[in-house]
Amino acid sequence: REWSYPEWGLFHTCACVCVCVFPQVHVKMADEAVCVGPAPTSKSYLNMDAIMDAIRQTGAQAVHPGYGFLSENKEFARRLAAEGVTFIGPDTHAIQAMGDKIESKLIAKAARVNTIPGFDGVVKDAEEAVKIARELGYPVMIKASAGGGGKGMRIAWSDDETREGFRFSSQEAASSFGDDRLLIEKYIDNPRHIEIQVLADKHGNALWLNERECSIQRRNQKVVEEAPSTFLDPATRRAMGEQAVSLAKAVQYSSAGTVEFLVDSKKNFYFLEMNTRLQVEHPITECITGLDLVQQMIRIAKGYKLQHKQEDIPINGWAIESRVYAEDPYKSFGLPSIGRLSQYEEPVRLSGVRVDSGIQEGSDISIYYDPMISKLVAYGASRADALKKMEAALDNYVIRGVTHNIPLLREIIVHPRFVAGDISTNFLPEVYPDGFKGHPLSAGDRRELLAAAAALHIAAQLRSQRFLGEQRSVGHWELCLELEKSVHMLAVSHSRGTYTVEVDGEKVEVSGEWNLASALLPLSINGSHKVLQCLTRSPAGDISLQYLGTTFKVRVLSVLAASLSKHMPEKLPEDTSSILRSPMPGTVVGVAVKPGDTVAVGQEICVIEAMKMQNSMTAAKTAKVKSVHCKTGETVGEGDLLVELE
Amino acid sequence: MATYTLVRSSRFLAGTVATAVIGSRLLHNSRWYSISHLSVQDRIEEKRRAALVGGGQKRIDAQHKRGKLTARERIDLLMDPESFVEYDMFVEHRCADFGMEADHNKYPGDSVVTGQGRINGRLAYVFSQDFTVFGGSLSGAHAQKICKIMDQAMMVGAPVIGLNDSGGARIQEGVESLAGYADIFLRNVMASGVVPQISLIMGPCAGGAVYSPALTDFTFMVKDTSYLFITGPDVVKSVTNEDVTQEELGGARTHTAVSGVAHRAFENDVDALLNLRNFFNFLPLSNKDPAPVTECHDPSDRLVPGLDTLVPFESTKAYDMLDIIHGIVDERDFFEIMPNYAKNIVVGFARMNGRTVGIVGNQPKVASGCLDINSSVKGARFVRFCDAFNIPIITFVDVPGFLPGTAQEYGGIIRHGAKLLFAFAEATVPKITVITRKAYGGAYDVMSSKHLRGDVNYAWPSAEVAVMGAKGAVQIIFRGKENQAEAEAEYVETFANPFPAAVRGFVDDIIQPSTTRKRICRDLEVLASKKQTNPWKKHANIPL
Repeated sequence: REWSYPEWGLFHTCACVCVCVFPQVHVKMADEAVCVGPAPTSKSYLNMDAIMDAIRQTGAQAVHPGYGFLSENKEFARRLAAEGVTFIGPDTHAIQAMGDKIESKLIAKAARVNTIPGFDGVVKDAEEAVKIARELGYPVMIKASAGGGGKGMRIAWSDDETREGFRFSSQEAASSFGDDRLLIEKYIDNPRHIEIQVLADKHGNALWLNERECSIQRRNQKVVEEAPSTFLDPATRRAMGEQAVSLAKAVQYSSAGTVEFLVDSKKNFYFLEMNTRLQVEHPITECITGLDLVQQMIRIAKGYKLQHKQEDIPINGWAIESRVYAEDPYKSFGLPSIGRLSQYEEPVRLSGVRVDSGIQEGSDISIYYDPMISKLVAYGASRADALKKMEAALDNYVIRGVTHNIPLLREIIVHPRFVAGDISTNFLPEVYPDGFKGHPLSAGDRRELLAAAAALHIAAQLRSQRFLGEQRSVGHWELCLELEKSVHMLAVSHSRGTYTVEVDGEKVEVSGEWNLASALLPLSINGSHKVLQCLTRSPAGDISLQYLGTTFKVRVLSVLAASLSKHMPEKLPEDTSSILRSPMPGTVVGVAVKPGDTVAVGQEICVIEAMKMQNSMTAAKTAKVKSVHCKTGETVGEGDLLVELE
Repeated sequence: MATYTLVRSSRFLAGTVATAVIGSRLLHNSRWYSISHLSVQDRIEEKRRAALVGGGQKRIDAQHKRGKLTARERIDLLMDPESFVEYDMFVEHRCADFGMEADHNKYPGDSVVTGQGRINGRLAYVFSQDFTVFGGSLSGAHAQKICKIMDQAMMVGAPVIGLNDSGGARIQEGVESLAGYADIFLRNVMASGVVPQISLIMGPCAGGAVYSPALTDFTFMVKDTSYLFITGPDVVKSVTNEDVTQEELGGARTHTAVSGVAHRAFENDVDALLNLRNFFNFLPLSNKDPAPVTECHDPSDRLVPGLDTLVPFESTKAYDMLDIIHGIVDERDFFEIMPNYAKNIVVGFARMNGRTVGIVGNQPKVASGCLDINSSVKGARFVRFCDAFNIPIITFVDVPGFLPGTAQEYGGIIRHGAKLLFAFAEATVPKITVITRKAYGGAYDVMSSKHLRGDVNYAWPSAEVAVMGAKGAVQIIFRGKENQAEAEAEYVETFANPFPAAVRGFVDDIIQPSTTRKRICRDLEVLASKKQTNPWKKHANIPL
């Protein structure tokens, strides 16, 4: 309640919480916490009445809305203003002007900001959408007027896709933003997504804090961001910055904001939208400029003038952010997963690494919120340095209990195209046309992985023979390892903490300070430092190891056990073409078929909503529907049977 | 009972080559060396060779084709390399009827391989029935071999592991075979509580034969290739007219999920034997042996922050007791016993600071964690095993009470529930109890309470020790009165917290959940020297 910046110590913070995951990290960090309702966001974090009550109850003088939820809600800003509470963000007028994609485009045009050709009005229905799309020429982008964050957004390449996209986008827009208005514009194929951070005070001053490159996306949601961009030259940067500032000034913007641009291969840039809030990826701008954006927002809200001039804004070093999500990267680059974080350790001890998260060991990742686990930021003197730190940070990040996207993140940051800066928003589908398959093992990788698995197996064997008061000496083993369906015979010897493993005729030495209980395995493999993680280790020799981000399954058996295994009956996996299982946990929002119906390949069978995303489940073959196991409104888990075909 | 055919196979495969290698075997006995002895040596080698191939290559191939290993392959995999010492390789059956006396119907070692060896360096006795010899059927000689190793195992104090793969009684031998079973049963009973006994069912096990595994401490099965039943599908059909497959009647799924006869099932022979080696590490060798302590890398004072947020705010909401168990034990390594049967109680072995412990926990995720007939019996048997073999028991309590209803009452929940009560009360091993949430009614008493000689009893801040839930209690106390909601709130305020139990000393402390591992490890160190004895008795009379 003490509102006396810059004395941070006197700052009294109050967090709003919902009852679902009490007590969370932000509750622990806050001085005071108020519960605003149950887990579904519409009843808690989007429930303005409850939040206004909390504000009155605590006597808060100012509210920082964070990102998402009510951060760009003009009604919320208006109600705060009506009660004399400061909204730490721009004023209602700017939120309204920029929050509406149609209006914002008109304002941008007037402020001489480059814009994308498109239809500057609300699209009434699917047929009108098709008409406009034809006029603009395919491909087109259909998006929610009130939207952001990739939700309610679809790309269409044909009339049919336009109709389908229109339907999906309006449903998603309605459920996410309570506003189903859509607009259509020309879709710029293969662009980069580069955004400019701006900062403006209430005295007409505005700055641009350089750019953030956010081209690595899946389903229009950012995955890896960096600042600065490898692509911009100083002139383009300045041109973009100046247009961003002129837009901010045109709407009398105050506080921190972001102007998003699409940049084509010829460095032409087009205004996309302005986000009138703090962005998820703001830490990378903080890293390279040295400015604390939240602090700046509070200063501005209090009415102070900007402390900096444009020439004071530096680009110091390089920062990269990876969005660590609870999702399965092997399914369309990431479908949400849920679960309880049974083990969780952030790599915060590494230098140059920052982790912004709201969860801790024991937290539940539920279907009610965005599946983001954390923002992992690596900062270095150069891009190469930052990338090295990011690699280490990803390797040292322990997340157990939920499926996460570290395998994908770890692959992106070492991919030659990414390292070279040759990226676009189509990076993922271009680089992985058949979907992400994990790290492809080279012969050298394979040797390292096998050696590590063998060392782990022998360490466990040796320990299981060391009962209190019993010691025995064995020093040499022959093992048979199976990895990705290929079989390798290994000879292992052990002396004074070093395992010497002979793999395919080459010697690999594994040593290091590690034990069988720790989540991380910091190994020295032939002298080079590698951090692996052992996820599971079964008595029957199945070991799963996280190596270079990807989890590999290795089966380690004695030569005897391996030779006897050939007699074991093969267990057949189930036929998956005639059954449809939920690829993720979520809610069934629509079932389009009933038993006896005939469906064609690709025909929609049902729609599952998870984390506010609608996912259409389609038939894998043409067949008759045998049985339907789900109904609208039902909650389903990952792998639950939805529909059986004949 | 299955039968077998008396088909002769070429078993003296390599009989004539034996002379070439006998020399080395005779070195130490050179003064006995003579021409007449050579033929004996020949015969020794010949018999050994014959014993090693059991029923012959054709039957070995058939065994492999069924996805099963041979008796000797199983022992090789179970025991440490070159540690197995075989007994009674020369024993042959003594049946003289139905042409059984013929040479070609005699197999050295008969239909079982017996001996002792090491599992991770620790002594174990093992018998492995050989399906390739008369379908593994039990002759008098077969039984005698098993009895011999069981007697010795009890004498020296080492576990007995049975690898069962037998068609049943040797019908040609009649009562001699039956007598053999009884001899084994008697020894199973005598050894019970003296040395751990483990049965691994790796093929058919039918008729009287099933009672030997039933008498042992743990029965494991191999999925798809093992069956346990009193009578097979054919007899079932003729008696009750039920159509049932072998798998449905007595397969691994049936016994691990429905009947509770088996404690766990494994994927195949190799998986089962490797898992058995791992399981063996948890067990003491005998009732005179303390719970084994292995090298531990997991810090005993490790905090488990996730536990502070695990128990949900609303007492009606479920959570997974396994999350607590995995978080607290060494390296999240928990060997669950009967994971698919009576899932409202979780039992199994783990280690705390390297020392084997038995874990019992109500499972709020299944039937709210209530105690019913099956879960009481499951828990009781596990607690008694731990008590018999010096394994400390850690109990996690979140129990809303015994399950009400006619099905339970008619089934004898009173008698069966009493078993768990009995088991906890008579146990003299270290007993540590943690009340994580509900401890209602008689079930509170049962679950290793202070009153049943719990050594250390903790409550988490979320603990509620009460006679029943608030709603039910208020309906009785304030029957017919208004303001039920108010009274309910008062009841919750009074009892839905750990204080009523703590002020009376019924729990020793209220602890932060994240410190539970640390506290238990420390208590186990203290309690390692615990000595407690029950009054002299011939044996107690547990309500069976």
